[in-house]
Amino acid sequence: MLIPHPLLGLRDAQEFTYLGDANLLNRPDPTAPDAEAAFCDYVFLRDNPAGKHRELWFHEQGDRSWLVVTRDTLTHEISDVELATDVARRGK
Amino acid sequence: MTRIQGGLINRDKKLNFTFNGTSYQGFEGDTLASALLANGVQLVGRSFKYHRPRGIYTAGSEEPNALVELGTGARLEPNTRATVVELFEGLSAKSQNHMGSLERDLLAVNDLMSPFLAAGFYYKTFMWPRVFWEKVYEPIIRKAAGLGSLSMLPDPDSYDRGFLHPDLLVIGGGAAGLMAALTAARAGAEVVIADEDSRLGGRLLSEGGMIDDAPALDWVACVLDELSSMTNVKLMARTTVFGAYDHGIFGAVERVSEHLADGGGKVRQTYWRITAKQTILASGATERHIPFADNDRPGIMMAGAMRSYANRWAVTPQRDNKAPVAIFTNNDDGHRTAMTLVEKGVPVLGVVDARANASSFGEYETFANATVTGSHGRKGLSSIEVTRKGSAQWLECGALGVSGGWNPNVHLASHHRGRPVWNEDKLTFVPDNNAPKGMLIAGAARGNGSTREALADGVLIAKQALMALGITPVSAAVPVAGEEASAIEAFWHVPAKKRAWVDFQNDVTVKDIKLAHQENMRPVEHLKRWTTLGMATDQGKTSNVTALAVMAELSSQTIPETGTTIFRPPYTPVSMGVLGGGDTGANFRPHRLTPTDTFAKSQGAVFTEVGQWMRAQYFPQEGETHWRQSVDREALAVRSSVGICDVTTLGKIDVQGKDAGEFLHRVYANMMGTLKEGMVRYGLMLREDGKLYDDGTCARLGENHYVVTTTTANAGIVFQRMEFARQCLWPDLDVTLISTTDAWAQFAIAGPNSRKLLERVMDDMDISNEAFPFMACRATTVCGGLRARLFRISFSGELAFELAVPARYGNALMERLLNLGKDLNATPYGTEALGVLRIEKGHSTGNELTGQTTAAMIGLGKMVSAKKDSIGSIMSRREGLANETLRLVGFEPIDSNQPVVTGSHLINLGDPVDLEHDQGWITSAAYSPHVGSSIGLGYLQNGDQRMGEEIVAANPLEGQSVRVRVVSAHFVDPKGERLRD
Repeated sequence: MLIPHPLLGLRDAQEFTYLGDANLLNRPDPTAPDAEAAFCDYVFLRDNPAGKHRELWFHEQGDRSWLVVTRDTLTHEISDVELATDVARRGK
Repeated sequence: MTRIQGGLINRDKKLNFTFNGTSYQGFEGDTLASALLANGVQLVGRSFKYHRPRGIYTAGSEEPNALVELGTGARLEPNTRATVVELFEGLSAKSQNHMGSLERDLLAVNDLMSPFLAAGFYYKTFMWPRVFWEKVYEPIIRKAAGLGSLSMLPDPDSYDRGFLHPDLLVIGGGAAGLMAALTAARAGAEVVIADEDSRLGGRLLSEGGMIDDAPALDWVACVLDELSSMTNVKLMARTTVFGAYDHGIFGAVERVSEHLADGGGKVRQTYWRITAKQTILASGATERHIPFADNDRPGIMMAGAMRSYANRWAVTPQRDNKAPVAIFTNNDDGHRTAMTLVEKGVPVLGVVDARANASSFGEYETFANATVTGSHGRKGLSSIEVTRKGSAQWLECGALGVSGGWNPNVHLASHHRGRPVWNEDKLTFVPDNNAPKGMLIAGAARGNGSTREALADGVLIAKQALMALGITPVSAAVPVAGEEASAIEAFWHVPAKKRAWVDFQNDVTVKDIKLAHQENMRPVEHLKRWTTLGMATDQGKTSNVTALAVMAELSSQTIPETGTTIFRPPYTPVSMGVLGGGDTGANFRPHRLTPTDTFAKSQGAVFTEVGQWMRAQYFPQEGETHWRQSVDREALAVRSSVGICDVTTLGKIDVQGKDAGEFLHRVYANMMGTLKEGMVRYGLMLREDGKLYDDGTCARLGENHYVVTTTTANAGIVFQRMEFARQCLWPDLDVTLISTTDAWAQFAIAGPNSRKLLERVMDDMDISNEAFPFMACRATTVCGGLRARLFRISFSGELAFELAVPARYGNALMERLLNLGKDLNATPYGTEALGVLRIEKGHSTGNELTGQTTAAMIGLGKMVSAKKDSIGSIMSRREGLANETLRLVGFEPIDSNQPVVTGSHLINLGDPVDLEHDQGWITSAAYSPHVGSSIGLGYLQNGDQRMGEEIVAANPLEGQSVRVRVVSAHFVDPKGERLRD
């Protein structure tokens, strides 16, 4: 696979390590009354869609950016890539 | 000899080779198969299940029968297809799959037992009794299974790996592929053209014929001249593109030197990873056969292969070149072989054509509306039975060519699960519009198989590819070529009482397919697994479509209703060695060397692998004959005076920025925000699930500058997770991270005399206990101005420091410290003594931090701050973790001569040794020269409340059972006075 890095262009997937569901960006509020249940979902539950999936990739043998890659799990087509930092900031 | 005139062989260069120990001669340009045929050798192997005599069936990589063991010794390679092995001087090959000689195979008895060996035989026969599964059936099946034998020796050859990034990859160098490459290259595209054959040209090499009023071979030569003169073209013969992967990435194997007698000092094969913007699949087509009774006799082969042998290699397929050759066909292409043979002066018995209105294209007899219904001949064809309108006659025949039509090689087009579609006119599967993105298909690979069609398709498809690349094509005329006759009528097999083979390599007959149908194994996936059809090394290239047709007929369905076969990589077998690309032995993975590697080697240190690092395990001295002697000496030196250990491999992460303190406060489970400048604090990191995953130190060197250390094993993952926290969780914090593990050489200088030794290298820094207390840190200089960082931390429990200098000074510093410390008996120590010292002190490492450990288990539960949020803090409080009662404690054997063994399980005295009574386990153990016996650390239920108790450390695997006493994990200085001295 080739991943279009927003800063570095097309890079081979071998340069990256994979983490999974980009929902890991949405760390629950630790001060909320139901924090434990929310963290349980956050840590243990993942969607596993056949189709479009937003996921986290780490450019470990590159610039060490965390990326949010939108990939179709059926075709491996990559439709969108963003720096995770940008996504996280926007989420604020 | 059955050699005739012509051919693409060099008759001036004779080559000697052996087959089953007999010497033969061939010519340069021969394959092993063509050379064997030229020597009248028809019988080349035995079939897999029934051990039937088999001959060469094809002239290409689809070969199901002619599998041989090539080479000798460590270079022996089983299952090599004789049809693609290029002949070289001294080649040595052996037939396989027989017991005794090839001619008198003792296992041929299997053939007589064939009624019992039909489809699903294994599933039906080896069901009962159950106790026979492992002891009786499996050894028998394993012995009979598999083709060929392995040398069992390491692979002596070398392999390479390469990467290509062309605009256009053309797969296949036949008429369509060459024309496509030429069209694209002339327009300026970067082109790679790869073909599995030893020379480019595809079927044109086998067919003769004319292009642009000249022999087709002249045209091929012309095109190759032009292509090789262009700098934007890479011609790759002997290169099989075996798989289509994501985003235009293809795997290919180039056979660099295995066709040479001595390898020429080159690698054997190269694994190419080709990333192409556009790809044209011009992989041609493979001929299929028509099953009839006893159709597997040596001397029977594909009609197209017969033509290849005659035209390209100048050999005829009979043992005796006066014996007449016949053709059995349902299409016009079969007649083309008859015409070629007539033209070459080979006696032709005639063409047996299943079509009612068939007629001859030349000077030979045509048996229209007729079929071949049997064959005779011991170990080689001598006669065939031709049946017309119910009347049969036996005719003398030395070789039979069979043609059932051509199947496009759609394999790579369907590697992304795109299934081909049935074309009723051409009676074949052609690729649909579902090829991998960026792949276009040209020529016979999409059913456009005549020379004229293939050339035109090459231009047309290349123009489409150029358009996608945004390159303007240069206009040029399509070469003029003939349109070969190719009419075909559906005729899939000759019904017979006797067995008619569909899949030769796995011995699957029409009867087997009938049986599968009868037993309701009708979906094509079930058919395949029940009969093993298409599951051999040839992956059913010559049999899959025919089998589908037979199943369709039996189930009264159309072929597309019955199913299609889906193809997966690799297209042809790929050796494991080339996929490794030479990364074997010492090259399997890179080694990281410590800064004191040179010093350690000069001392004759014994090394150990720690992750990727090669670390000194211990430093044997003269007279020491056992590792324990060295390790005990090193450990005692630290406890009594001073030792030096290279601890560079511990991960180091520089954390800087206005919010560095806040960031670390959130990353560590314990309070880190209160750490003062110039001080170090021990820290625990949790995963978000609340479990402990790493420990280390955090040193605050400046207001906004911290240095974090990690365990050696987790250096990478801690850095990755800290980057995750920084970028993904708290992107607004002003903090940056960089790994400095390789930048700083770091040394533990430990022991009561460590301060005394260290003072000899410090420039002007006061390191007295008052000025530089336990857990202090500072940036300083040593040895007259060398940048350094000093930390007063201790892993051994002794008064100790860690000193870091830029990595390139590490080796020199080690040597200087030892020189300056001679009077103090300054001793280098390795990882083994390091381990002994930390077990004596009760410090945990990876053995204790297993990923299942909580902070409470190592007695540090109180460190996890309840006052703040940090990674894992919420989940660490959940019931299951908070109630964990295992605690890390120490163990001493009651009998000091007995060892404590890592991995032993702890059982209360008198209890049976089983899981139910398990009380915990030993995590680390060592011989402690300090204690004078073996000691251990381990997790014990409520261990912190059981000091002094006797318990059993059981090791049922080795039949060991040792009584031990529960003691504090701190065998040395439990109050921690020494390190604060």
